[in-house]
Amino acid sequence: MADKTFRSMRTPLARVRGLGSAKEGVHHWWAQRLTALALVPLTLWFVVSVAGLAGMDHAAAVAWIGSPAVSVLLVLLVTATFWHAQLGVQVVIEDYVHSEAVKLVALIAVKFAAVLLAIASIFAVLRLAFGG
Amino acid sequence: MAEFTLPTNSKVKIGDTYKAPSGAKRIKNFKIYRWDPDKGGNPRLDTYEIDMDDCAPMVLDALIKIKNEVDTTLTFRRSCREGICGSCSMNIDGTNTLACLKPIDDVDGDVHIYPLPHMPVIKDLVPDLSVPYAQLASVEPWLKTETPPSPIRERLQSPDERAKLDGLWECILCFCCTTSCPSYWWNGDRYLGPAVLLQAYRWIADSRDEYAGERLDALEDPFRLYRCHTIMNCTKTCPKNLNPAKAIAEIKKLMVMRQ
Repeated sequence: MADKTFRSMRTPLARVRGLGSAKEGVHHWWAQRLTALALVPLTLWFVVSVAGLAGMDHAAAVAWIGSPAVSVLLVLLVTATFWHAQLGVQVVIEDYVHSEAVKLVALIAVKFAAVLLAIASIFAVLRLAFGG
Repeated sequence: MAEFTLPTNSKVKIGDTYKAPSGAKRIKNFKIYRWDPDKGGNPRLDTYEIDMDDCAPMVLDALIKIKNEVDTTLTFRRSCREGICGSCSMNIDGTNTLACLKPIDDVDGDVHIYPLPHMPVIKDLVPDLSVPYAQLASVEPWLKTETPPSPIRERLQSPDERAKLDGLWECILCFCCTTSCPSYWWNGDRYLGPAVLLQAYRWIADSRDEYAGERLDALEDPFRLYRCHTIMNCTKTCPKNLNPAKAIAEIKKLMVMRQ
């Protein structure tokens, strides 16, 4: 910021107005809060349930994941987690990475990684649920 | 990237020491940031020994005493010396505040005084605030209406409507809050910062203003508004005890309400 302040010949107002308002941001903000809200009960349920699985064998764990209610809750947990995570990491990158090229690559990588990991996790749950 | 250490040419070196007059019993050290654009070089921290038995109570009093009696080259902004002009905002003892409202006795040990953080320095304690001033201008901080004013009376406002401006109109634009905000440090070229957002909300909340929607349109932006991550430094540091974080939260609420 300091460099731009000293070296640019544009007026401060021209710099501040820039390209204008993006007219978005409220959806990102709202989605981050909704997913956070959903993750409170989902995460509590998940932690308590996994603690309860301690000592069970592989077959019992597979049966637990495959039961309908658990599968649905796990898919919801995975969706909310990765949706929330990529929204949050996006903000961190926008905050701290100031090279436009690096920022763009990092943002794309985060979004793609979130989709890949979410779909892989959901696929794993469904496979057990439908006995693949 | 974000800057976590000072650039080499901004590292603060140890400067000169100005001794208290002999016979001084209650000496307080004022360690003050000095940088002169005409001389260049790195900034330094000069030490001024001040006799507290011969100095008025506020930090600004000590600065004026130094300028008058010890070192006339010390440069700082000040005007009203009673917390209403916002000129003498600076970082004292690690917190942004107004030198005129900060009692010297509130500081344990040496009094460290720096300019407002993360702004370009013009000289000594004088920061370049032209960007925040332009940001203030960009939110058009004045009453905007379509309805022509009555030729025979003021624009009316009920006591309840007027009460909504309390906690907003008192802002004196010293920019202590804006320059205390890490989000503003990292993205001050695009994020408007707490002081300007509080001013923007002051006009959105004004019952006489007819441009709330356009004002919200101009703010709805991932950087202009949503770089606020409720860090709350703004509210903690405000020398007028205002709550810019709450004003920003109110803007975010209105953004959701109009969906």
